[in-house]
Amino acid sequence: MKLKKSTINNLISYGIVIVAFVAVQLLQNAGLVSRSLRGQLVPICVYIVMAVSLNLTVGISGELSLGHAGFMSVGVFSGVVFSQWMTSLIAMRYDAAVAAQQETLILVVSMFVGGLFAGLAGVIIGIPVLRLRGDYLAIVTLAFGEIIRNVINCLYISIDNGRVHIAFDNPNVAGEIIVNGPAGTRGVDRISTFVIGFALVLFTLFVVLNLINSRSGRAIMACRDSRIAAESVGINVTKYRMMAFVTSAFLAGMAGVLYGLNMTSVQSSRFNFDTSILVLVFVVLGGIGNIWGSIIAATLLTVLPEMLREFSDYRMLVYAVVLILVMLVTNSPMMRAFFGRILPHRRGDAGKGGEAA
Amino acid sequence: MTLFLERIISGINLGSIYAIIALGYTMVYGIARMLNFAHGDVIMVGAYICFVAISSFSLPPAVGILLAVVVCTVLGITIERLAYRPLRQAAPLAVLITAIGVSYLLQNLAQLIWTANPKSFPLVIDTMIKDAAVFLGIASPEEIAASSNFGTVVLYTSESGATLRLTGTTIVTILANIVIMIALTQFTSRTKMGKAMRAVSEDRGAAELMGISVNRTIAVTFAIGSALAAIAGVLLCSSYQVLQPTTGSMPGIKAFTAAVFGGIGSIPGAMIGGILLGVIEILGGAYVSTQLSDAFVFAVLIVVLLVKPTGLLGKKANEKV
Repeated sequence: MKLKKSTINNLISYGIVIVAFVAVQLLQNAGLVSRSLRGQLVPICVYIVMAVSLNLTVGISGELSLGHAGFMSVGVFSGVVFSQWMTSLIAMRYDAAVAAQQETLILVVSMFVGGLFAGLAGVIIGIPVLRLRGDYLAIVTLAFGEIIRNVINCLYISIDNGRVHIAFDNPNVAGEIIVNGPAGTRGVDRISTFVIGFALVLFTLFVVLNLINSRSGRAIMACRDSRIAAESVGINVTKYRMMAFVTSAFLAGMAGVLYGLNMTSVQSSRFNFDTSILVLVFVVLGGIGNIWGSIIAATLLTVLPEMLREFSDYRMLVYAVVLILVMLVTNSPMMRAFFGRILPHRRGDAGKGGEAA
Repeated sequence: MTLFLERIISGINLGSIYAIIALGYTMVYGIARMLNFAHGDVIMVGAYICFVAISSFSLPPAVGILLAVVVCTVLGITIERLAYRPLRQAAPLAVLITAIGVSYLLQNLAQLIWTANPKSFPLVIDTMIKDAAVFLGIASPEEIAASSNFGTVVLYTSESGATLRLTGTTIVTILANIVIMIALTQFTSRTKMGKAMRAVSEDRGAAELMGISVNRTIAVTFAIGSALAAIAGVLLCSSYQVLQPTTGSMPGIKAFTAAVFGGIGSIPGAMIGGILLGVIEILGGAYVSTQLSDAFVFAVLIVVLLVKPTGLLGKKANEKV
């Protein structure tokens, strides 16, 4: 059987991720992974998925989105509520021990539900947003991100006898409160695991790489490179931009559920503009449009603040300086010429940024 | 009714501050075509400089403000020279990330120097009005000490005794906004540098061919924007009296929204956008929900952009094939 080149490349990508996963698992079993790093494993998976999904919007579809954390937030809260609801239903039907055994099932189903909610938010937001272009699109996604954060800040959700109660700006809801307005989720069972996180990374890669190499993916990239030319050959621009945007929102929502179920309490204020920017930094630093770059940048930049712990107070300062220096080194024409001389056959991905933006 | 007018006034006060910040955003965007996300943090630096000058060195407020303006101008030029100029030819997103890096850098430096604890900002503008009154011989220091709210103008007293008043800080903020707006419009339309700025914003390559130094023009733009940021920082902290390393970031984002709202690149647009945004924020917070006042601001922005995608006063750029 003869495989297509893109299929082989995809298989290699999955292979590398699986090897990395196995390596981490082996190191963990050998006791070589420090405690603080072990705590970072699930967040690393979350941020990889966030970065890859944002790269779909920014790199492949060519739209600067500054509100990606909003979708994550929708995923966190819908997923957490759903998982608690499902747990309580199972506990009512059978007993609490059965619910505890079914953790993985609950987590996976919640992830899909969170993804669906985030995807729905993506559709609602995409309809007005995708009419705009360039910086205006960026500012409107920023605005939507802030609106989502503000609205969730006013939500009070509780579960009472297997029924979900939702109240707006009113803390008096019947039953056990799960989402408590500005205080965020509470009493969440921490059911996220590194294995599921890894599965989500693999799933994301599968979705994104297949989308990029499909007919739809080529249409999306055609819209990015020249909207007018794409339109004139009969590509439905709105449909394909929407496809990329909603897929990206869906994946961000799934990552959000993984994140929300990894902590006992998460506040909606955590998913502010800074978080959106953080993910955008992963994407740009990794190389816009380059999926592997996003994965590596997300991993390194999630681990970096931990590794800089010894600098304590200077940690974020060093982070900022590293960020600026990397951008200067990789983008300044003088530096590029310098690297070009040392590595004559280097195929730079940095040049893609100009087309995408 | 009095309450409503009072809210309108505090909205205009907040909006005037947004407008001054938005002017910096809009000029830099119009001329250098970049979103300077560090602008909000320059505001914070300006406020801290003024704070230190007044609290630690007990300098008079006017000197403190002047010092803040000078330091921020130098800071703006330095940032442009070191971080943005090497990236003039790079992709817009790369410049954006660098700006975010600069923003983090300024916030964390401020946190190291002045710690994260919120500082209570002195009533700079109020003191300045009193100093000015004494200096001009309008009132003696004893008179000022005797009156509890010197500089406040009572506009109107209703039958029930509710008064509508303008505090000195509000008057100065609104006046400063108007003066800055007029000065900037005159500067860009009359002076040689202003013409160079408009030329660069229209077509950078052609401007360079006509002998305009693009680098110098952009540096001057940053200097003006940062000086305005310093003034905005002092005004913001005089009105709200809290100062911490993250003080500048939210007003910065909102001012950017205001600039887009009014049509980015347009000076009168920034002013109208800023004031409208301030009024909407205060009214939305008062009549809809305090927690949703930010959401309200952004929702209005979205509606405006959908109806008029280039903002209120923005120019429509025709698409070339």
